[in-house]
Amino acid sequence: MRGVALTRLGVIAAFIALLEALCRFGIVKPLTLVAPSRMVGTLIDLIQAGDVGDDAARTAIEVAGAFVLAILLGVSIGAVIHAIPRLRRAVAPVLVSWYAVPSFVFYPLFIALLGLSEAPLIAIGAFSATPAMVVATISGLDRVPRVLRRVARVHRMGFWDTLRHITLPSALPSLFTGVKLAFAYAFIGVIAGEFILSGGGLGYAIAYAYESFETAKMYALMLLVLGVGVAVNAGLHTWEGRLLRRRQR
Amino acid sequence: MSTPTAHATLRGVTRIYPSLVHALGPVDLDLRQGEFFSVVGPSGCGKSTLLDVLAGLSAPTSGTIAFEGRPVNGVPDGVGVVFQEDSSFAWLNVQDNVAFGLRRAGMEAAEIKRRVEYALGFMGLRDFATAFPAQLSGGMRQRVCIARTLVMQPRLILLDEPFGALDQQTRLLMGDELLRLWRETGATVMLITHALDEAAMLSDRVGVMSSRPGCFIDLAVTDWPRARDSRIVSDPAFGLLTARLWSSLRAESMKAIGRVA
Amino acid sequence: MTRWIDNLAILLALLGLWYLAWWQAGDSAITPPVQTLKFALYLLGSADFWPHVWATVLAFLYALAISAVLGITLGLVLGLHRFSGEVFEPILASFYTIPKVTLYPLMLLIFGLGLSAKVAFGVIHGMIPVTLFTLAAVKNIPGVLTRTARALRLSPRQTALHVLMPAVLPEIISGLRIGFALTFLGVLIGEMFASQRGLGFLIINGINQHDVARTTAVIVIVVTAAVLANGALLRLDRHARHDV
Repeated sequence: MRGVALTRLGVIAAFIALLEALCRFGIVKPLTLVAPSRMVGTLIDLIQAGDVGDDAARTAIEVAGAFVLAILLGVSIGAVIHAIPRLRRAVAPVLVSWYAVPSFVFYPLFIALLGLSEAPLIAIGAFSATPAMVVATISGLDRVPRVLRRVARVHRMGFWDTLRHITLPSALPSLFTGVKLAFAYAFIGVIAGEFILSGGGLGYAIAYAYESFETAKMYALMLLVLGVGVAVNAGLHTWEGRLLRRRQR
Repeated sequence: MSTPTAHATLRGVTRIYPSLVHALGPVDLDLRQGEFFSVVGPSGCGKSTLLDVLAGLSAPTSGTIAFEGRPVNGVPDGVGVVFQEDSSFAWLNVQDNVAFGLRRAGMEAAEIKRRVEYALGFMGLRDFATAFPAQLSGGMRQRVCIARTLVMQPRLILLDEPFGALDQQTRLLMGDELLRLWRETGATVMLITHALDEAAMLSDRVGVMSSRPGCFIDLAVTDWPRARDSRIVSDPAFGLLTARLWSSLRAESMKAIGRVA
Repeated sequence: MTRWIDNLAILLALLGLWYLAWWQAGDSAITPPVQTLKFALYLLGSADFWPHVWATVLAFLYALAISAVLGITLGLVLGLHRFSGEVFEPILASFYTIPKVTLYPLMLLIFGLGLSAKVAFGVIHGMIPVTLFTLAAVKNIPGVLTRTARALRLSPRQTALHVLMPAVLPEIISGLRIGFALTFLGVLIGEMFASQRGLGFLIINGINQHDVARTTAVIVIVVTAAVLANGALLRLDRHARHDV
């Protein structure tokens, strides 16, 4: 396993080194791509100058809002759908078709409904992230073994005790998959919404930098978005591993 | 066994599913205080349904069930159930699995510790106290489930094909452990099984059920001494008993797989 | 019968939500169902509309072909070569979870405005799921299948054709179904910036010019097409899994 991880690091390092070399030796023009070292330098400068704080804070609030909303909505809707088999059969086509719909096309509608603020972007993020959580909740509840529900009754547990001691722990692996996807989709939805249509946030800042030919700034911000995305995903992945580690093998 | 009194009684018990499948009965049965009773029968004959209604996990369509003189509705206090499927909690280690019921009952920590340690020792799990079920074999996991039931000190233990998923050698050894448990706790045991040799080796009495709807068609008394173990399989009486059970069951089993006897 | 009633109920519920949204947000954001449907039919009947459809379809078909071929090939290679698979799978998976829309300046700088940028956008969105599904399918081929093939003394070619292919096909079709949807999404996004033609362009243009009727109608056409195509692929998916 160490070999795999080291090789992976090596591959990534080699890729970055290649980009660096392409830029340093002028094979790629600086208007097209800036060297990774310069991206990092620019990013540090931007952060020190306080130029990204506002946009980053706005994006963070939107993503966090969308993420939390998606989890709450997803778990409740999923639980209701799971409880009513007929409803489940009826909404199944809607759920599997959901990601075929580009969510940000609803941005103008959400602005009209929610006003010009962070709320429409939170709505877009939640709109794209909720179905993943719904599906994960349903499949998690499906995976609660029948025998454990019987064990709960032998121990004469009520609804809440069963939920806490049997249902949630049994559904946890599925739920966590949903949480990871919900974050990814909320993040993608919010950044895409900002990028295409909004007037603030990191996505907007990247589009703005591009349109005003500030290539270095644009790449620095792209690096920031990429870094945050990868870091949060890795964090969730590690947390999941820690929670579920002893269940496997 | 001094004076054999009825510990649990079933009178005219039937169970018909909402799909109108008549699964069980009518069944009349007295489980004597402290006896080891086994139920054998063809697959799908309603053995597990019998256990379910006796455990209070599902209500009978008609008839009455009493445990220790009180009618059963819902799982009564003093009844423990071990299921065929692995029902260990994957998210708890072995000792937390075993302590589960005691913690829920709000017992004090020292007493929980004492009982759990005893149960772990009794079931040969002491070295695995902090292991998680995923690290154990199927047989070991079933021991965890038995230990989890055992610590509650049930007076009636219901086992639904607990060794069904295990290999033959492991089954014989688990049978020995079950006998030891039964002797030491003095509990009444009802074992559901499809293995005739298992029923013949472990029980004081064996009830043979017909194919669906399941009713008792034979009741065999084994007359084994209370101190017995799996070596009983070499006793000539064991062969005779198994043969008797099979002759009662053969026609029913053929019905169950759709052949004419 | 109940199935149809349930489907109808869901459709009515969605239409109800739509009405509610219109009632809340007003004509400046969305047009109500009947009016939208009329406009959509008008669009579908007008000669100006179809060039945009064909532009999107053409870019989409290119992108889908590239996503499928590259995705399946890469997935097979990484699935068969276990070590590379373990090295690259997490990299691909994290690429899947980042907002690729931010890469659009890079795509434009590399490919310029026009068809190739749209196609590239479709490919970066759609290729990853195809790769990941194929990889998982190959990695999870049960060992007993290859042993059975050996026991039946099949040649390597027969094994590949009659055992391995059928074993991985359902997963690959699932991957293609998701790749299909995401490729479409990617092409639409690409058209929003990198093009003066196509349905994505019509949507963003309508939004920018506050042409609500046109935007809503195009969105409805796009969503309906996406959902119908997904439904057809889902049926194919179930068929391949022998789960009908």
